[in-house]
Amino acid sequence: MENRYLVAVEGSEGSRRALTHAIERAKVSNAELLLVHVIDWSPYSFHTPEELSARHKRREEELARARDVVLAPSKKLVDDAGIKSSSEVRHGKGAETLAMMAKDHDVAQIILGRNGESGISSMLFGSTSSKLVQISSVPVLIVP
Amino acid sequence: MLSNRFLITFSAFAVAASPVFAGIDDTINSITAPIASLIGDIVFFSIPVFGAQLPLVVLWLVAGAIFFTLYLGFVSIRGFKHAIELVRGDYSNPNDAGEVSHFQALATAVSGTVGIGNIGGVAVAVTVGGPGATFWMILAGFLGMSTKFVECTLGVKYRQENADGSVSGGPMYFMRDGLAAQGRERLGKFMGTFYAVGIFVGALGIGNMFQSNQAYVQLNTVADGALDGYGWLVGLILAGVVFAVIIGGIKSIAAVTEKIVPLMAVLYCTFAIVVILMNAAYIPAAIGNIFSGAFTPDGVAGGALGALIIGFQRAVFSNEAGIGSASIAHSAVRTNEPVTEGYVSLLEPFIDTIVICTITALVIGTTQVAAPDFAGDATGVAMTSAAFERQIGWFPYVLAIAALLFAFSTMISWSYYGLKGWTYLFGERTQTVYKVIFCVFVALGCMVQLGPILDISDALVFLICVPNILALYFLAPVVKREMNGYLDRIKSGKIKKYGT
Repeated sequence: MENRYLVAVEGSEGSRRALTHAIERAKVSNAELLLVHVIDWSPYSFHTPEELSARHKRREEELARARDVVLAPSKKLVDDAGIKSSSEVRHGKGAETLAMMAKDHDVAQIILGRNGESGISSMLFGSTSSKLVQISSVPVLIVP
Repeated sequence: MLSNRFLITFSAFAVAASPVFAGIDDTINSITAPIASLIGDIVFFSIPVFGAQLPLVVLWLVAGAIFFTLYLGFVSIRGFKHAIELVRGDYSNPNDAGEVSHFQALATAVSGTVGIGNIGGVAVAVTVGGPGATFWMILAGFLGMSTKFVECTLGVKYRQENADGSVSGGPMYFMRDGLAAQGRERLGKFMGTFYAVGIFVGALGIGNMFQSNQAYVQLNTVADGALDGYGWLVGLILAGVVFAVIIGGIKSIAAVTEKIVPLMAVLYCTFAIVVILMNAAYIPAAIGNIFSGAFTPDGVAGGALGALIIGFQRAVFSNEAGIGSASIAHSAVRTNEPVTEGYVSLLEPFIDTIVICTITALVIGTTQVAAPDFAGDATGVAMTSAAFERQIGWFPYVLAIAALLFAFSTMISWSYYGLKGWTYLFGERTQTVYKVIFCVFVALGCMVQLGPILDISDALVFLICVPNILALYFLAPVVKREMNGYLDRIKSGKIKKYGT
């Protein structure tokens, strides 16, 4: 297990608070941070042929936007606090992707905000955080 | 801005089509019927065999399907399990997440092929060829799996990545580039052009008029004939919606449809199985009829051979194996192993024909045994509807909605396939011209009787099978090489398995 925390970055107020908390924890334990943004995507979805043919290009655009708009400001915050960090963007389902990345990068803990989705959506489908708690192989810290 | 364009064009349609009397339907019909006959006679030039008329083009398709099945060592059976593993994502690299997945390619292609043909075309087959046609349809579905395997592998292998990041692929590309790689450059270019013309014209039949026509018929049946003579109105509305999606760019309609169609397909199959079970007493007899009709010279329109011909015709129409359209859909997948899309595409004729068409055939077949006169004069979708209605009185309404959605999603898919043929020839800039033409034909489809529409659709579709299968013959060795190389790489572990 590395001295590294995985922080889920969504660009929301909740994830901002989670990042702030993660920075404090990282300072205390001299850890590094892995910032991860998950773009909601499922391989089991239905599209028109036109959408499929344009998919590769859209994927590149989504990745670029995630890096520039969502991750960059967060990375700046971490850099300013003097903490070593890296960042990743992935397509997939939130909880499953975070759990997989935590395992791949051998992190000590996952840190994320409580509810990234709207109240109703998380009531009906379960929130990323509650799902993650069930499936993660490493400790999960949910920041309210 | 967009809505202005939409309104103006729509009004133009309405004005052009506004009848003072409902006779417009008959007028158009009387013009198209002779044209349909002429085209049909040319494409379906037949030779007399054992007392039946065998269209050469059907022979061409059957021979091709048999050849590919044997040449690839029954990949339709031996590759089936692997196809499922691929679709499940067992071989999908997590780093590729976000790209087109095998499941998405399959779902899109199936969504395009599962259309009215699965509901209405089967009824036509059974009416013209007797119950035996069902057997030949299933066999055609099985043999067609190998044809699809070849064309979809080639579609990915010879795809073209455009400057704007999108992808273009399909038979015109693998004809032009694949044959050129074999030193047959001029032939490849000619065939590519021929196919491109064929598909943008053919799309107006199978992917357009046939769909809108049958959707209208089912709506009319459910409305108890209240829409008689109003084909032009239904056609205009359908055309309007298609217009909104493909020209207006209102993606939400298509997005909703694409999600509902799979649900409707499952719903349809579920209810069909319910009806079959309700007719359980007649299942043995129905199956008996299928086999006896398939082999004894006792059926209609030329006996067993007639059943074979119509069975094969309707199967191709339904699962599109040999037409090459699916290879356009599959070409969107980015993969180093083109043959993976070949494997995935095996599942399409299986789902479309061996599963869904057979289920429809059994609904009709068992009903025919139970009540031979259940349909009266009804043909096509109306006949299938009557078979369901006998057991579930309200199901025709569900069927009408399903037919509408199936027709709509097939039209959206085929507008794209036809467009690819058009832009291959004329470039991207004249896209809107074709899209407008497409919408006009959606409206026209509702104004003609089933007969001439089916004739025209059939003829055009089978016409493009000719160069397509020819190209597949030339390029089959390429596919076999890809397949064998791929299987070696899997065995040696070079290709990783990520899932269970």
